[in-house]
Amino acid sequence: MWRVGTVVALHDETTTARTITLEVPDWPGHIAGQHVDVRVTAPDGYSAVRSYSIASAPNSERRVEITVERLPNGEVSPYLTQEVAVGDRLELRGPVGGWFVWRAEQTEPIQLIAGGAGIVPLMAMIRSRASAGSIAPFRLLYSVREPRAVFYRDELHTLCDQDRSLMVTYAYTRVAPMDSPRPPGRINAPLIADATWPSNLAPTCYVCGPTSFVESATDLLGASGIGRDKIRTERFGSTGERK
Amino acid sequence: MGTISRGFTGRRSSADAKLPPGQYLTTDFPVLSAGPTPHVPLDRWEFVIDDGTNVLRKWDWKSFRELPTETITVDIHCVTRWSKLGTVWEGVSIDTLLADIQTDASYVMAHSYGDYTTNLPLDDLRNKQAWIAFRFDGKDLAPEHGGPARLLVPHLYLWKSAKWVRGITLMQHDKPGFWESLGYHIYGDPWREQRYSGDE
Repeated sequence: MWRVGTVVALHDETTTARTITLEVPDWPGHIAGQHVDVRVTAPDGYSAVRSYSIASAPNSERRVEITVERLPNGEVSPYLTQEVAVGDRLELRGPVGGWFVWRAEQTEPIQLIAGGAGIVPLMAMIRSRASAGSIAPFRLLYSVREPRAVFYRDELHTLCDQDRSLMVTYAYTRVAPMDSPRPPGRINAPLIADATWPSNLAPTCYVCGPTSFVESATDLLGASGIGRDKIRTERFGSTGERK
Repeated sequence: MGTISRGFTGRRSSADAKLPPGQYLTTDFPVLSAGPTPHVPLDRWEFVIDDGTNVLRKWDWKSFRELPTETITVDIHCVTRWSKLGTVWEGVSIDTLLADIQTDASYVMAHSYGDYTTNLPLDDLRNKQAWIAFRFDGKDLAPEHGGPARLLVPHLYLWKSAKWVRGITLMQHDKPGFWESLGYHIYGDPWREQRYSGDE
């Protein structure tokens, strides 16, 4: 069933990514990591649907946030990142997905690994942890092209300052800031050893990003001794707008 | 008609006519998998048909590749809403694999390296509707797309085409596989848009 959501806020995360906050009066609630189908319809009835990861924690305000990265040849993402205005209405279906999820009852160490826009469902997990008052130890390894491509930077900074059991490591692939401890480069075995939970703590790992990134990150986790049953993945292709 | 989205025009193409409802066309090949990609060496690969108790037939890579193969050109449809038209595969028909098996089973559970499972009616695997595919677009099937070999059942959503397939279990009664236990449709016909368990 399709529900109507009203856009109540817009926020540009980067020059190409925008967070859309929707108020959905009959939203049934969601779990961190789930996604939602968004349907947009032209005046002649033509419609297009895309799946987007939910960025927000479950909340009592019936609000759902998605962060959409604009794809150069996308059909829906340019509309959502450039045209949509506060007060507009979008149709939503969901939440969807019961596998790539983190529940507040989970107490084991959690390793999050994001590639680019793959941060979105992982941010929902970090936000859910904070809003539930969970003390599950979380680490996030966030691989991103350059500093200005980082989503949610200030909020991540604030959350880390408040809570020693949340640790965030940035891995810049093209341009690193001057105070970065590492030169730019793709994630590799030394970085995995340095920035992720050791396998003897049996962390549950959530890896989200482009296909090639997820392949290499999960291979590195496997090589570091993490069991494959502890690794959950969500991938998107270059045209897959599932973010 | 649903709520009109102010300012949305969309992009229509002649190919839309060939797409199931709610799908859009892609020319590349996105990947959907729940976990790490298994890397299965060919000398350890095997494909087993069993009935839950007994092994009925078993092939190693060598004996599997000695079976007659077919070239298959089909449209594929992923539940994440992309469709890809005219994909070319090479594989062994399930009809060939089932040829000398007598069974009164009505369903199967496909099993994969990496412990993925998906359920299908046996009738959907028969009569030139399903293959074990090992080449895509003229090349050996890449691991992230299910290589060395995957099930290919193009008339259902692609999650039914189990990657890294290692066997099928014949069953009297249907039961849900991996995604089917997690909110996805038990059958998954893209033309009836059977995406989620509540559909139809």
